[in-house]
Amino acid sequence: MTSSTALTAERPATSPPKRQASTAKRRQNVAAYLFVLPFFVVFVAMLIVPLAYSGYLSLFESRLVGGETFAGLANYVRALTDPLFLGSIGRAALFFVIQVPIMLVLALLFALALDSARARGSKAIRLLIFMPYAVPAVVATLMWGYLYGPDFGPIAQLARGVGLGTPEFLTRDSILYAMMNIVTWEFVGYNMIIMYAALRSIPSELYEAAEIDGAGQFRVAWSVKIPAIRPAILLTVIFSIIGTFQLFAEPSLLNAIAGEAITNSILPNYYAYNVAFLNRELNYAAALAFLLGIVIAVTSYIVQLGTERRERRERAAS
Amino acid sequence: MRTSRRTATALGAFAVAAAVAMTGCSGPAENGGQAGPASEEEIEEALNTPTELTFWTWVPDIENEVALFEEKYPEIDVTVENVGQGLPHYQKLRSALEAGEGAPDVAQIEYQYIPSFVLTESLLDLSPYGAGDLSGDYVEWAWKQVAPDEAVWGIPQDVGPMGHLYREDIFSQAGITEPPGTWEEYATAARAVKDATGSYISNLGATQAGQLIGFFWQAGAKPFAYDGQETVSINVNSDEAKEVAAYWTDLIQQDLISTDVDFNDQWYQGLANGKYAGWLTAAWGPVFLQGTAEGTSGLWRAAPLPQWEEGQQVSGNWGGSSDAVLASSENPIAAYELTKFINHDEESALKLATEQFLFPPQNSVLEDPAFLEQESEFYGGQQVNALFAEISETVDTDFQWLPFMEYVYSSYEDTMAPVIAGKGDIAAALDEWQDQLVSYAEDQGFTVE
Repeated sequence: MTSSTALTAERPATSPPKRQASTAKRRQNVAAYLFVLPFFVVFVAMLIVPLAYSGYLSLFESRLVGGETFAGLANYVRALTDPLFLGSIGRAALFFVIQVPIMLVLALLFALALDSARARGSKAIRLLIFMPYAVPAVVATLMWGYLYGPDFGPIAQLARGVGLGTPEFLTRDSILYAMMNIVTWEFVGYNMIIMYAALRSIPSELYEAAEIDGAGQFRVAWSVKIPAIRPAILLTVIFSIIGTFQLFAEPSLLNAIAGEAITNSILPNYYAYNVAFLNRELNYAAALAFLLGIVIAVTSYIVQLGTERRERRERAAS
Repeated sequence: MRTSRRTATALGAFAVAAAVAMTGCSGPAENGGQAGPASEEEIEEALNTPTELTFWTWVPDIENEVALFEEKYPEIDVTVENVGQGLPHYQKLRSALEAGEGAPDVAQIEYQYIPSFVLTESLLDLSPYGAGDLSGDYVEWAWKQVAPDEAVWGIPQDVGPMGHLYREDIFSQAGITEPPGTWEEYATAARAVKDATGSYISNLGATQAGQLIGFFWQAGAKPFAYDGQETVSINVNSDEAKEVAAYWTDLIQQDLISTDVDFNDQWYQGLANGKYAGWLTAAWGPVFLQGTAEGTSGLWRAAPLPQWEEGQQVSGNWGGSSDAVLASSENPIAAYELTKFINHDEESALKLATEQFLFPPQNSVLEDPAFLEQESEFYGGQQVNALFAEISETVDTDFQWLPFMEYVYSSYEDTMAPVIAGKGDIAAALDEWQDQLVSYAEDQGFTVE
């Protein structure tokens, strides 16, 4: 279709077929739009409209006494100078810097091991590693809460049994790391599956070529497999950024188990929730949610940009 | 889970938007068209007109008491809904009120949350309906909780005057034969119990504001006050409160009192296995404990709280609820009659006390031998109800709350809880808590006295 229009374009004399072609094209376009219409309706109604509305709301200020007044960007100014909010963003960033690399390296190692087909019972292992992802975050957190328990938790009992004393997992200083562990446990399998699927789609010619060049398993993994699945890895990084800044179930549930360790502003999403429902400042919460969205978007963009730039540099170098 | 987390921004924004959208379209709810006092005929008519009422409560099996009401007034059909206990219940209630639709006619409201609903003009003043006449039928301090001034904002359902439950076996192992009468003796006993048995004499839940506020109440501190309009007074760091705080700081620093977060598995096990030799709790505690620590039946005893001065008998309150009629109800008379029936009718009130084990604020039940003389095997045959009935009379009557207790508690978790758990100076933490509360109140437009 495109080639025919391209040809006719050079010959203005045969314009009728061109018009015909464009009617056909238009009809196709209409059909295409009709197909995506249901999606757009839902997308606009459930995402764009609420988003715009909460943006609108974030411009107001409501007080328990005095009601609602227009506040302009006051909520945003307040958020940017709110030590609790900035602290929560800082903790989320720390979480990201420590937990995400550990989780993704583990996921990559598992994916490579499974893909090498050397591991026995790889199907069963794949399922086992993936299993935690199928456990709802609520259940996972409650389970880990029990495992961490200082009196009756098995880890504490074991540690006491061998004379190590009681490890403190659920204190204010350690709770962030305790959550990192829970989240890693939950999502290693998920990230592994993404990477594993990408690995399976690498054309086998590349391996043959590498073998002919005399590359061993590790060399193949490092020089063929990892570069080939770089887009998949980037995808898991971006998912992890979003996931980290939006952690909610974990702090919310651990609050019942270790309330003194979970401050109301431990992580940004949890803080926004508490501002809305405990402090009853919905407008301010809307502003926090917006800022959080911006932080996520900017971070994701920086990561993506950084990777693209490096790829371009590498391509230019080779 | 990953998907749910990814959509969480959208959902979060949507939830905030939806919740705030509700604020937009509602003014203070109208009074249901009811101005003057309801006359006999109007009440008669309302109760004999087919009416549907909705009642939000989390009291288990309250359908039994509602059935009594429906039996008496067959024209009225009551739907009981449990939308959650405590915070989730209030969140849904506030959302429905702000949306202007979907709110129930009658709702259970704990005493400390009444002012927050008075502030938003969400509750119906029951005095024009004759509720003022009921004041003499309830213990005075409980009545004051629902009616601090002339208006009556609810009918007391249950209360939690505080007492002391302890393991007699552990105490006697430590050579303690009498429950400590004063806080000084309690501290001595705590040392004896710890040295002889390794148990903590009790636990002060690091995040449990209700318990510590109950101790403040007993000590005569008045941390909160609200005039029903726009003026609050906040005094969580008063001298009395600081004295209480210093007392607990000392015991915690000597490792005689544990500070585990309460009402979770860890803590239940602590009660069941003797980690804690006692529990300073409210009148709803005895039955609760029976379910939690079944294996220790017969070993527990109940006593009044230790006192600050010898020979004194005062207590505080922890917990308890009222039932209130919402101002948005279209059937205020019938709704009031339901509220009154559940918590005032002798049969219904006795049922609540003896079957659901809610500790009663009604004098009729508090004087009823069927209630008082119940002997509990769990407490070695002691008449626990009779004891708490006596304690109930010693609760200070003038205790008030702030119209934003959700924030008060959440701020407690941030300022007080880490200090309690970290064995720090609780009295100093009170100052920080005070500052947070005052600054929040001012930000919210209240006049702080």
